[in-house]
Parts: sequence; C-alpha cells; structure tokens
Amino acid sequence: MNQAVGTSLAARLNRLVDFAPVLVALLLALLVSSVLLVALNADPLAAFGFMLEGAVGTENATAETLVKATPILFVGIGITIAFRGGMINIGGEGQMIAGALAGTTIALALGDARVPAEMAKAPGAFDLVIVASALGGGFLAGALYGGLAGFLKAYFGVNEILSTIMLNQIAVQMMNFLLNGLLLDPAVAGFNNIPKTARLVTAAQLPRLALPLGDPWVFARTRLHWGLVIAIALAVVIYIFLWRTSLGYRIRAVGENERAASYAGIHVKRQMMLAMFLAGGFAGLAGVVQVLGLQYRLQTDGSPAGFTAAAGFNGIVAALFGGLNPIGAIPASAFFGGLLVGAQKMQREIGVPASLITAVNGLIVVFVVSSEIFILQRSKRRVSLQETPLAPARASAKRADSPDPADEPTAEEAG
Amino acid sequence: MNNPKTHLLPTGHARIESLTMSGIVKRFPGVLAADKIDFNVRSGEIHALLGENGAGKSTLMKMLYGLYHPDEGEIRINDKPATIKSPIDAIQRGIGMIHQHFMLAPSLTVAENIALGMKSSRGFQLDLDVVSQRVIELSDTYNLKVDPRLPIWQLAVGEQQRVEILRALYKGAALLILDEPTAVLTPQEVAGLFRILKQLAADGHGLVFISHKLHEVLEISHRVTVLRDGRRVDTIPTRQATRPKLAEMMVGRPVLLEYAKNPPDPREERLTMRDVSALSNRGATGLDAVSLRLRSGEIVGIAGVSGNGQQELAQCITGLRDVTAGSVMINGRDVTNAPPAALHAIGLSYIPEERMIDGVIKEFSVAENYVLQDHGHPKYTAARVFMLFNKIREACRRAIHLFEIKTPSTETLVKSLSGGNIQKLVLARELSRDPGVLIAAQPTRGVDIGATEYIHKQLLEERDKGTAILLISEDLDEIRALSDRIAVMYEGRIVGEVVNENVDIEQLGLLMTGGE
Repeated sequence: MNQAVGTSLAARLNRLVDFAPVLVALLLALLVSSVLLVALNADPLAAFGFMLEGAVGTENATAETLVKATPILFVGIGITIAFRGGMINIGGEGQMIAGALAGTTIALALGDARVPAEMAKAPGAFDLVIVASALGGGFLAGALYGGLAGFLKAYFGVNEILSTIMLNQIAVQMMNFLLNGLLLDPAVAGFNNIPKTARLVTAAQLPRLALPLGDPWVFARTRLHWGLVIAIALAVVIYIFLWRTSLGYRIRAVGENERAASYAGIHVKRQMMLAMFLAGGFAGLAGVVQVLGLQYRLQTDGSPAGFTAAAGFNGIVAALFGGLNPIGAIPASAFFGGLLVGAQKMQREIGVPASLITAVNGLIVVFVVSSEIFILQRSKRRVSLQETPLAPARASAKRADSPDPADEPTAEEAG
Repeated sequence: MNNPKTHLLPTGHARIESLTMSGIVKRFPGVLAADKIDFNVRSGEIHALLGENGAGKSTLMKMLYGLYHPDEGEIRINDKPATIKSPIDAIQRGIGMIHQHFMLAPSLTVAENIALGMKSSRGFQLDLDVVSQRVIELSDTYNLKVDPRLPIWQLAVGEQQRVEILRALYKGAALLILDEPTAVLTPQEVAGLFRILKQLAADGHGLVFISHKLHEVLEISHRVTVLRDGRRVDTIPTRQATRPKLAEMMVGRPVLLEYAKNPPDPREERLTMRDVSALSNRGATGLDAVSLRLRSGEIVGIAGVSGNGQQELAQCITGLRDVTAGSVMINGRDVTNAPPAALHAIGLSYIPEERMIDGVIKEFSVAENYVLQDHGHPKYTAARVFMLFNKIREACRRAIHLFEIKTPSTETLVKSLSGGNIQKLVLARELSRDPGVLIAAQPTRGVDIGATEYIHKQLLEERDKGTAILLISEDLDEIRALSDRIAVMYEGRIVGEVVNENVDIEQLGLLMTGGE
C-alpha cells in the first residue's frame, strides 16, 4: 500500500481514499463515546472541549501530549515492522520492560563507573557514552526478547500472539522481582515498598527538549525530552528501511506471501525473526527512553502496566491507526498521547472517570480494526469482480481511479 | 400439445422447452459488457458459450441467473416473457447455476449443504433424512455417486462439483448453467462430468456450458455461441465447427494452434536428475527414484494427470522441497537440496504452477514483483542494500513493452491485473533473468488463447536460444505442440519417455493412467 515516493497523483488519491474509513471509524468512536458521556450525565461537547484543551490547550499540555506520545511512537514503529512482516506482536509491554531493565542497569553501572559521586547531580552534564550504551543495551534487550518469540514461531511454529502475551507476564514479574531485590534503590531499601531503582546521574539522562521559537524557548519549562526527536528520526529511517531497502522488501514479502517469498529465495524464517527482533528493539527503546528521558529511574507499582502505562498496547493501536506506516505512526501516536492527557483534564473538570478514556480508546481500536477489515474486503470484492471481468460495476463506480482490468488499459505506459 | 407427462424431467420437475434471450444489453460504467446479444437454449441441448476472458460470457449468464439485470432486451422462457429478479427467482423458474468456485460449506455434510437455505417440512427441525433419501434417488438417476453423510471437505474436487449439480437438480433445475466447470478437474473427472452432462441433456435438461477450451466445446456441445468483446460473433452447430475456426471467431484473427518448430538442436546437458526421491505434502512418497536429463536447446515435456508427482518434481529441482535420496545436478554442479537463492544465481528460472500464490505477491506492485528474486541484485541496488527503483521501473517498463503486458503502470498492484497478464509478467521476469534452465509448470493454465499463443512462442524462441526447458503440463496438446521429448509421470515415477514424433496418443494416455 505504500509507494508514495514518485508515484502518480492517482495513486496518492487512492491512498487518501483508503485512509478515509479510518477517519470515519474515529468519528464513530467519538459518537459512541458521546452516548457513554450522556449516560454519565455529562455534556459530550463540553467533555470533548475539555479534552482538547487538556491535550493541546497550553504549552505544557502540548508538551505532556508529546511526552505521552513518545513511547507510543517507539512501540508503534516496531509494531509496524512486525505486522508488515506478518508477525502479530502483542509483546510490546514485555519488550519495553526488557529494554528498560537492561538500559537502566547499564546507565546505573556506567554512571557509577564514569561519574564521580559529587558530580552525580551536576546540572547540564551529558555523557554520550552512557546514554548511547543504555539506549543500545535497551534496544538489544527488547530485540532479544521479541526475537525469542520470532524464533519460537519460525522454528517451532509457536503462535506469536500467545507467546508474546505470555512473555509480557514473565517480564512484569521479572521486573517486580528485580526491583524488589537486586536493583532496588539502596537508599530506600528496608524503608519503602515502592519498587524502584536508584536515580540516574544527570550525565545519563536524556536532555530536555526546547524549541528556539520565542523567549523563553518553547517547551523550555516542560518535561519534553529528546526521546521524541529520536523517535521521529527513527520513524523516517524505518520508512526508508521498509520501502527502499532489499532487507525491508524481504520482510514485507514474507509478511504478504510466505510461499512467494520462499519461491523468490528469501529465507522466510530469518525474516520472521528479524521482524520480531526489530519490533522488540523498538519497544525496548520505548522502555529505556522512558527511564532516561522522563523518570530517571525505573519504578513500578507492581501492576502489569505500572511502568509502561500500557504504551506497549497503545503502540499497536497507533501502528494500525497510522496505516502500518512508520510515518503515519507519528500523528497517530500524537493523537493517542493527546487522548490520554486530555482525558485527565476531562476527568478533573466534569468528574467523569478517566477509565472512560480507556473505553474510548477501545472503541477506536474496534472501529479502526473494523475499518481495516472493511478496506480489505472491499479490495477482495474488487479482485473477485475482476476475476469475472466486464463486471466491475460497483468497484469502479466507487473508485474511478483504480485500475480496471475489464477495459484492460492498453499498455500506454509501455512505450 | 404433448402429453403433460413428457414435459416432466426424470427428477419430476417441469422442462424448460426453450429459453430465449434477445437483444440483451448490459452496461457497466465505462464498459459495454453485453451489446445486443441474442442467445437461446432448448431442452435436450448442450449449448456451449465460448469466448476469451472478459468477452461477456459470465455477464450474460449472470443476467439469466438473476445476479444482474439487463439494461435492454428480453428474456422469454417457454415463449413467455420473464423478468428474472434474483437467483431465488431463477431457481423457482427452473434455472440452476454451477459456479466456477463452488458455493459449499466445507464442514457441513453433503445433505446439509443441499438442505441449506431451503425450508424444512418439519418447521424448526431439520429433515435431513428426507433430504438424504432424495439425494440418493437423484444420484442413482444420474450416476452422481456421492455419500450424502460425508462432510464436503473430505470430497475430491470432482465430487464437490457433483454435489453442486445435485443441489441444482434437487432445487428443480431444468436448465443448468455451468461456468467453466472443467477448470478445476482432472482429465478423468472431466470425462465423468461429460458423461453426466450428456445424460442430463438426453433426459431433456437444457445445458449452457461456458468455456474457453476449444476441444471440450467440440466434444460435448450441440451448438456453439461465440462471444467477443461483449458481442455475439455467431451461433453455429458444433458439427460445422473446427478448432481453427472457433479460435479465429474467439480472438478475431487466425490463431496458431500448431507451431512451426525448428528441428531440435540439443547441446550440452544442463540438468541431470539421478534417482531423485521426495515426500509429498502428506508425507507419502511424492517422487520415486526419478531420473531425467535435460539438454540445452530442447524442451522436455512432462505429461501426466496432475497429482502424480509433477509438483514435487518441480520443487525438488527448484530447491523448494527436500530431496530424500538421489542427486540433482545443474550445469555439472551438484545442487541437491541447494537453497533457491543459490539456484537462481546459477541460472535456474521457474514458472510455478500456482502463480497467484507462488509466483507473485498480489499486494506488491508490478515493479516490485518484477524483481522478486533480483531485489538484492547489484544492478538494482546501491551497496546491495538500497533498492534503485528508477532502474527497477525502467527494466520493468522494458519488459512490459516486450512482453505486451497490459497494466496501467509499473506501480499498479499485481492483484488488479488479469490472469493472463500476471502469467506474462511471471514469464517476463523468469526469462529476463536469462536462464540456462527453465522449469515451466502449467504455463498456460487458465490463460486465454491469445496469451497462450504468445507464451508458447516465447518458450520456443527461448529453446532456440539454447535454454533447457522442462515443460510440465496436464494439457497434452500443449506438451505435443512444444516438446522435443515427452516423459510421462505416474504415481511419482517416470513411466515412459518418447521422442515427440508420430507419438501414439493412445499409448501416452495409457501410460498416464498407469497402464502398461
């Protein structure tokens, strides 16, 4: 579905048409949410108004939206790779935790080794070695954790949906175990039962991000950090990877048609593992960036989403919402970030439970996934009509720009 | 007026003495699918409807079955005007249709499938026993041996088709429309089907036989109507038809059905198989000690009924199936169980049998499919990583031009091309890789006559250029028209090999079915 670069206007319009059902799905989700709000005696318009205000109403609100969007985007990019490779990766949560555990451990260890104790809280310090090692370690840990599911699928036929869900549980318990033991902050050991690691030294932290668009700089007094920039840059890299490199071609080929891929000489099992490896790696980055850029320590309340705030699941939705295109995942993540942040404002202002937003989120998933199926069926219908050519009535009526084999356009492009 | 009794069919339903469609026009946006077509079919007649893909055969019959409605024209049944509103309406008027793709629920039994959608005489309770009883009666009448208690998924394709016919008869079909009924059948199943169709006609059913296979039309029908581009070319009694005549009516120009071949000039040996064995998908013996030699500049045809090891043979050569014993050599190198990529590198090309599943990725563009194997080749990549789409598109455009592939652009998704054009694309890709050895499995199955002729010419040209070609086909005509030598496969073995000169067809047919 993605040949954007260098294609005709018709093809672009075509993609727009394909995207329309997603927007309709969104509207329907909002409509059903309105019904829920009315049922809770709240004015939907006011509620959505507060939500919008809470999401982008102020500089700080916008920054918080982007802060929430960052891990969702990392996970979403990874999910895009996995789904394009035909691997239904539901393990974003576990892979995030794996990445965070490894990255935090590296950052703490290197911080101890490279930064003298008196410099631990020095403002403005930044050590590229620590940060790059932590990010790399986080990526690798998540990648191995995801790759494990890929390996099980490729060589033992283990369904990756089941294995990644189970690996999520294992990761949560492993984190709880480590945060209550080995990795527990020595300063609170024995006093406190909030499982958390020690705080990172300043040099191991990702710097805050501000834009020189005014004085003071925009976002200067917010929690926005460089993780967002890394994520957006990687989205572009992965777009190029998937659609402009031979490796990405192979992953997509396996995802679309395993048999044709092996006919083409592509090592199918290797691509499956690679897709899961990369997907896990990006989720791992989401986890480590959350620590390095925002929390400065790994902590949880012991619940499954205690550390991840469910970004590992929201990333799946963002990937789908972004049309399984890493560039599309950028606005999609921002949208979900806004939804989460806006919900808090809505809750404060009109007293509806924030869990309503979880419901809205779920509704959007249901509608978006249905719209995906709708698109799929429509294209199938188109194909089946094309198998009996000269009968493309409904299909071509809807999409005048779609190539129509019935009147088999003579190869005007051939010359 | 005849005795009313003679108006009844052996199934107990009323006959359709005659059905006439006159001046039928059907327009789709931008396309005139049917342009003033006249067509009629009588009781006791098998009327073949012949035409290339897209000629309007299916459209015309879908109007008869109530799936589409004509914009102009009239349908008369037994000389009374009839407006067929829907398939249910059509069924009530005694018209039944056997679709190319069966409309059966695989997990339900034969009786359940036949009862599906009909009212039970016992209200909410099923009366499957009644249905089964009637099914057995019907199958006895027409020798349609099917056990009504078996689930559909356990039946062979030919048996499933019999269930479709039974269902239509059960619902009272006096006129049966069969949409390319032989497309999915083995030659034996075709013979069985033809026996059934002849008996149905003899009993007073009317039959419309949609096809684009000339020899079948000549064999089974009483009259032929040829359609081309939505118009009726002519209707003639089959007695007056010949293959070349029908082909010309279909295509609109004389078509080569036999090719002037240059005398074979085989040179060095390119492919050698020694006692190769392999398992089938079900784990049984798929290939049993097959030995085969293929030389540069010759076409060796593998004849045989599908499912006798041809697919396993092709896959063992192309690295897609494990060889359990024996050896495969290409250009003198042992390539037994070599991965496909290594085989591509030494000049092996393969036109797979199931092109829509194995040969192309439907969701990829024409250009992307054009480099299915060569997507990482240095000529299409920078540093073997970044794909150079300008170069790929350029090469693809040349192939589109050379092979006359009809596609709006190189960026069109393959799923929206017609079957013949997809096969041309596969052919173009495989030949562009300049193969030393080409394995062509069923290269023209489901492809219309014009494209078939083109593909055959290309294969012969390639042979004259020195390529060693292994042609695997169920179509004996194709095998005989192209091959220099013919090997016959039966139950995983090569049971005979002959030079393709004055071949005794009877003998080949006997070998194909396991006779000595």
